[in-house]
Amino acid sequence: MAALDALAKACEARPGEAADAVQGVAPAYVAAPATVAEAADLMRTAAEHGLTVVPRGAGTKLHWGAPPESCDLLVDTRRLGRIVEHAAGDLVVKAEAGLALDELRGVLAGAGQQLALDLLPPGGTVGGVLATGVAGPRRLLYGSARDLLIGITVIRADGVVAHAGGKVVKNVAGYDLGKLFTGSYGTLGLIVEAAFRLHPLPSATAYVSATASDPAQALEMAQAVLHSTLVPAAIEVDGPDPITVAVLLEGVPGGVPPRAEAARSLIGGRIGESPPEWWARLPDGEVLAEVRALPTALPDLFAELPDGRARIRGSAGRGVWHAALPADGADEALTRLRRHGTAVALTAPAGARLDRWGPIPALPLMRRVKDQFDPGHRLAPGRFAGGI
Amino acid sequence: MGGMARLDALADRLSRIVGAGSVLTDPAELATYDCDGLTYHRATPGIVVLPDTAEQIAAIVRACAADGVPYVARGSGTGLSGGALPRTDGVLIVTSRMRRVLEVDAANQRAVVEPGVINLDVTRAARPYGYYFAPDPSSQQVCSIGGNVAENSGGAHCLKYGFTVNHVLACEVVTPDGEIVELTEGPGYDLLGAFVGSEGTLGITTKVTVRLTRLPETVQTLLAGFDTIERAGEAVSAIIAAGVVPAAIEMMDALSIEAAEAAVRCGYPPGAGAVLIVELDGPASEVDSQFARVKELCAEAFEIRVAADDTERGLIWRGRKSAFAAVGRISPDYIVQDGVIPRTTLPEVLARIDALSREHGVRVANVFHAGDGNLHPLVLFDGAEPGAGERAEEVSGKILDLCIEHGGSITGEHGVGIDKAKHMPRMFTAEDLDTMQMVRCAFDPAGLCNPGKVYPTPRLCGEVPGRRTGVHPLVESGKADLF
Repeated sequence: MAALDALAKACEARPGEAADAVQGVAPAYVAAPATVAEAADLMRTAAEHGLTVVPRGAGTKLHWGAPPESCDLLVDTRRLGRIVEHAAGDLVVKAEAGLALDELRGVLAGAGQQLALDLLPPGGTVGGVLATGVAGPRRLLYGSARDLLIGITVIRADGVVAHAGGKVVKNVAGYDLGKLFTGSYGTLGLIVEAAFRLHPLPSATAYVSATASDPAQALEMAQAVLHSTLVPAAIEVDGPDPITVAVLLEGVPGGVPPRAEAARSLIGGRIGESPPEWWARLPDGEVLAEVRALPTALPDLFAELPDGRARIRGSAGRGVWHAALPADGADEALTRLRRHGTAVALTAPAGARLDRWGPIPALPLMRRVKDQFDPGHRLAPGRFAGGI
Repeated sequence: MGGMARLDALADRLSRIVGAGSVLTDPAELATYDCDGLTYHRATPGIVVLPDTAEQIAAIVRACAADGVPYVARGSGTGLSGGALPRTDGVLIVTSRMRRVLEVDAANQRAVVEPGVINLDVTRAARPYGYYFAPDPSSQQVCSIGGNVAENSGGAHCLKYGFTVNHVLACEVVTPDGEIVELTEGPGYDLLGAFVGSEGTLGITTKVTVRLTRLPETVQTLLAGFDTIERAGEAVSAIIAAGVVPAAIEMMDALSIEAAEAAVRCGYPPGAGAVLIVELDGPASEVDSQFARVKELCAEAFEIRVAADDTERGLIWRGRKSAFAAVGRISPDYIVQDGVIPRTTLPEVLARIDALSREHGVRVANVFHAGDGNLHPLVLFDGAEPGAGERAEEVSGKILDLCIEHGGSITGEHGVGIDKAKHMPRMFTAEDLDTMQMVRCAFDPAGLCNPGKVYPTPRLCGEVPGRRTGVHPLVESGKADLF
C-alpha cells in the first residue's frame, strides 16, 4: 500500500473497485485532486511509483478509444470543477477540466454567451470534450474544440505543470499545445485547465428539415444550402430510412425568418423552432465510428453502409459524420468507408476484432511526440492511434 | 573541412538536386535575402536555393542534415518578426517558385496550393466560384501561403473568421528527417494544429489544402470619428456587449491618422482623436439590422460615414491599410509592436502607453485591431539621433510588459521569430517553454530547422524530461544563456 499512502498525501485517494473499471480494466487506485497543485503532486507521485495513469471526467466517453493496456491509477478530475475566470466583456472563459459542460453552459447563458460546442453525448466535462475532440452539428460555423480553445494547462507525465496559449483570442506566442492535446485521449498529459473563446447566444434560431428521396438528392440539398449566402450554423444529414437533411440558422429575430424561408425554398420541408429528435445525438449502434470525407462523398458513404442496421449522421458541410454499425461486419464496413476518407471506430464491443484506426499518416512522428511527452508510456497506454 | 569549404561542397550537391541556376552563392545575390519584413535584423545566407518541388526540398533537407548545416525556409519574406532571418552558416530555402494553385474544389469548399502562392491569389482563384480565402494579413498582396502557415497569420477580419490555422485542412510537409508527410485532420494527434504557427521550426510545408469561405451576400462598412480614443473604445465595448460579432473593428489614433493623411490623403474626419472602422458582413437580413444597431452604439461619434459601395469601402480601408508604411511620412524610423491585451483593458493600457510615451519623450502611434485587443503600437524614432533607437526599444519592451501584465500576449499575429524570443520567458515559465520544445525535439532533434527562433534557449533533446539536474549543458558549454 506504499503507493496508495503516497498518493493520499497528494490528494483524496482510495483503492480502485470493479465499478471504476475502464473498459474492463479496473484501476488499483482512484485519486481525485481538487487543485492544480494537488494534480501536479499526484502525477509526480505516480511517476515516482511508475504507475500507469488514465484520466476520467464524467466518464461519458470512457468507452471510446481502445481499452488501456494497464491502469494503475484512475485520476478523477471532477473536483477540479471551478470556473477560474469568466471575462464576459472579452468573450473568454477559463475553467478547470472537471467542470461539467452543462454547468458552464448555464453560467455563460446568464451573460448571454455560449461556448459554441454541442454536447455529444450529453453530460461531459471540459477535459473530456477536449481529450476526445468531439464536436456536433455547429462545427460547420464555429469549428470544433480545437478552434475554440485558446489556452491550456496540463500536468506532464513527470508532474510538471505546463501552460500554452493564454486568455486572449489572438495569440501566436509559442507552440499551440492546446491543439496537440485536443483529441489525444489522455496519452500526452493530464488536462487541468482550459480557456475558450466564447460567442454571443443568438437571439433567434430556426431549423429547416426535409426528407431526401435518396443519398444523391440529400447531397444536392446539402450543397444548395452550403453554397448559398445564408450562413447556416449547421447542415446535418441523417439516414437511411428516411434520409433527412436539416439546417440550423442562428441570428437576430428579424434576420432568421427570411433566411429560413430561403433555406426552405432550396430544400423544401418544414421550418420549426426545435430540431429533429436525432439532432446533436450520436447514432446508436454496436460500433460507433467517426468518418471524415469530402462533403461530396456523402452518397458514396451511404453506399458503403451494410444493409439494414447501419446509420450515418453528421455535418454535410464539413464532411464529418458519425456512423453506427453492427459489430458483425464492422471491420469490412470500416475498410470500405476508408476508400473515401478516414474512419475511426470510437466504440466497439469488448473483444471485437477490428482495425479501429485505419491508416495513419505521420504515425512515426506521432510516436516521437508520445516518446517526448511520456517516455515511460504510462499515460493511458494503448488507448490511442497506433497503439500509443 | 572548414565552414566555407563545407558550404561550397554543399552548394555543389544542391546544384545536382535543383540545377545550378537555382542555387545562389554570389554575395551580391545572397545579400538581397539578408532580411525579411523586419529589416532591423540582418544576416546574409550562406547559400540560397530555389526549389520547384517537394521532392527537391526533401533532398535539400537531407543534404543539410547529412552535413549538420542549418536551414531556414522563406516565402515572400514579408514577416515582421525575423522568422525567416537566414543563417550565415546555413541554407535559405526559398519557396517563391512554387506558386501553382493546384486545385479549386468549390463543391467541397477547398483549394490546394503550393506554398509560394500569394495569399490574395487564392482569393482570385476562388472568386469566380463565389468563394474567398478568409485570412487577410495586411501584406496579402505579396505574402505567401507557406508563410501564412508558418506564422498562423491573422488579419483585420480574424475577429470573426479566425486565423490561418482555422482555414487549413491539410499540409504536405517535408520533415527535418527529409521525409514528405501529410498532416491532416485524420486519426491521431493534431500535428497539423501544432505545425501551423510553428514559425518554420518543425519542417517546411510544400502543399497546403485551405478552406474556402463563401463570399457574403452583403458587406457594410462605417467610419466613425471620435473626439477621444476613450470614446472610441467605449463604442467598441458597447458593440461587443450588444452581442454583435463584426467582421472587423479597427481603431487608429490621432498620430496614425496624421500619418495616413500625409501618405494617402484618406480624408478621415478632420480633428478626430480616434477613428473606428466597423465592418459587418453576412446575409442582408442580419447585417442590415445589426448595422443599424452599430450606428446607434457609435452615437458619441461626431461624424459617421457609411460606405455606399466597394469603392467607398476601399477608401475607408485605405488609410488603415497604409498605416504602417505611412508612418514613414512622419518619422524616419519606427518599431511595430504586435502585443495583445484583453479588450476590456484597452482604456487603461492606452493611458499607460501614453504615459510611457511622454515619460521617455518617444512618440507612439496606435493602430489596432480593437475587436480582439491586438495592439500595433508604432514606436517612432530617428535612427540618426544618438540614443533614440535605444529609447524606442525600451518603450517598445515596456509596452510588451504592459500586455503581459494585463494577461495578454507578446504577439497576436506577427510571430515570435528572432525578434521576440527574448520576451518569451516573461510570458511563459521555463517549464512551459521546455514542454513546448518537446514537440520540437520530436520533429527536429538535431535542431537544424530554423534554429534560434521562437525559443531563447534550445532544449537538448536527448534528455529525459523532468530529470534535469544542475546547470543546463548548453549553458555550461557557453552555447546558450539563461534569460
